[in-house]
Amino acid sequence: MALIEIRNLAKAFGTVKAVDGVDLDINSGEFITLLGPSGSGKTTVLRMIAGFEDPDSGTIKLSGQDITHLPPYDRDVNTVFQDYALFPHMDVLANIEYGMRVKKVPKEERREKALKALEQVRLSGYENRKPSQLSGGQRQRVALARALVNRPSVLLLDEPLGALDLKLRQQMQIELKELQREVGITFIFVTHDQEEALTMSDRIAVFDKGRIQQLDKPAAIYEKPRNEFVAGFVGVSNLISGAAAEKLLGKKGTFTVRPEKIRIEGKGAAGVIREVEYLGPATRFLVELDAGVRLVVLQQNSEQSAVDVESLRGRKIALSWDKESEYQVS
Amino acid sequence: MQRSPKARAASLISLPLAWLLIIYIGSLFALFITSIWKIDTFTSKVIREFTLQNFIDVFSDRAYFNVTIRTLVVAISVTLICVLIAIPMAFFMARIAKPKSRPVLIALVLTPLWASYLVKIYAWRTMFYPETGFLNWLISPLGGSSPGFGMIAVIIGLSYLWLPYMVLPIYAGMEKLPNSVLDASADLGAKPGRTFFGVVLPITWPAIIAGSIFTFSLSMGDYITVQILGGTFQMLGNVVYQNFSLNLPFAAAVALIPVIIMIIYLGSVRKTGALDNL
Repeated sequence: MALIEIRNLAKAFGTVKAVDGVDLDINSGEFITLLGPSGSGKTTVLRMIAGFEDPDSGTIKLSGQDITHLPPYDRDVNTVFQDYALFPHMDVLANIEYGMRVKKVPKEERREKALKALEQVRLSGYENRKPSQLSGGQRQRVALARALVNRPSVLLLDEPLGALDLKLRQQMQIELKELQREVGITFIFVTHDQEEALTMSDRIAVFDKGRIQQLDKPAAIYEKPRNEFVAGFVGVSNLISGAAAEKLLGKKGTFTVRPEKIRIEGKGAAGVIREVEYLGPATRFLVELDAGVRLVVLQQNSEQSAVDVESLRGRKIALSWDKESEYQVS
Repeated sequence: MQRSPKARAASLISLPLAWLLIIYIGSLFALFITSIWKIDTFTSKVIREFTLQNFIDVFSDRAYFNVTIRTLVVAISVTLICVLIAIPMAFFMARIAKPKSRPVLIALVLTPLWASYLVKIYAWRTMFYPETGFLNWLISPLGGSSPGFGMIAVIIGLSYLWLPYMVLPIYAGMEKLPNSVLDASADLGAKPGRTFFGVVLPITWPAIIAGSIFTFSLSMGDYITVQILGGTFQMLGNVVYQNFSLNLPFAAAVALIPVIIMIIYLGSVRKTGALDNL
């Protein structure tokens, strides 16, 4: 039995259907990511699991118990907020102890657990700082410790890394994943960053227009997107459809080929390189094919000297790829 | 016209600064100087000679000490009543009422300020009239009677007058509070009451203190309400009012008492950050 069972969940704000019939089973100990653009309903689903929004219809069960309409303080879940939501009038230790103080955990035990949680997020020695004296990354860790110290059955994370710079974000991604393995708590992670979703998750639920478009393992989401939206949102879509599909692939329908699976060679589909972007380890080309589609091609800069890739702009080339790299999306 | 930013800033604030120095600090200084001058008790003429007699008179006479205590009791009571009424009002306006209706609610809180001070106090006077007043009519069926004119009437009248000055800063403080902080408290297991007393109140505390500075100081200095609603009850302001034509230096010495109390009060709340909230 799944730890969380969501059935036919729906919520509208005025006339806008934010969440429109979501079914989702989440297993114990899983790291699941709700991925989607803003306004896709992912955060609303998270807020309904936390109890901050009341669903219009549908049910949410946690460990078999119906929690659909329970207030947040009666649910065994904790949240890490996008803006961290630390209590500005309390120091770090008081922030972390807050949940336990509310639940009347004895002082000694409280202190011990809070210090251990602080150690877990590598912030020992900061217990008497005020949130205003911490950097963004440190606040993030305090928010994490404050939620995790209560050992909830589920931890909800609402775009927790959104406000951090790239370097710190990548570091926190690794730390979060490690922490999740260590504590074994189910993580439900909301993000609009597809790369983040791919690197961290056991499973990804891709949201659009209030519905789950695809629910699968990261590799499956990337390699076998179920529809155009997923293909476009997760990675570069490179859609080939209509007349171009018949011309290039000899098939009817809409297909996608991932940029890194395309080779620039002397033979194959003819076209012109329109744009060149040098990315360091790789170079990205935008190629306009004579068949009337634009494809993005990604090439490792491992072979020839990549210094003069810029000079390739405007050159006539031909593209080829393996048959098994073509994937029909609809 | 090439001028440094500093010079431009200086020219910008010079006028208000001059106003502050001459009108405000200057008059405070004049008050202080006057309080250490003598008086010709026969002609009531001020003699510009140094004396501490006025302060000795103020501090040695039990009656003035009692007036000071009464004034403090009134100012503190008014402040507490305003806090108790303003907190739920501000909370409702800032967190419960729909954002669309907030400007209307603020306007409603402000409307009493558009009416003349005297009109409002005379309105309260008709309500407090013993025997025939509105309050008497209201309470008498329950076996009570109007408190009549006196300290209670003054406290109620002043609380009514200064309430908007308490509501507005608290409203501003509560409106700034991010929703996520309240969500976080509930998320960590706190019921609404706990969230209110453990999170909302401490965070808005500086705003409450800021409001109290208004209600406290305005109450300390008032003497007109006291004249109209106080009956025989007197506060420091009335003592100043009665003395300033007869014995100006003595009136100045009495007037310094609320100034000193306010300085002590401001000094003691400085650490709460309330002064940043004004």
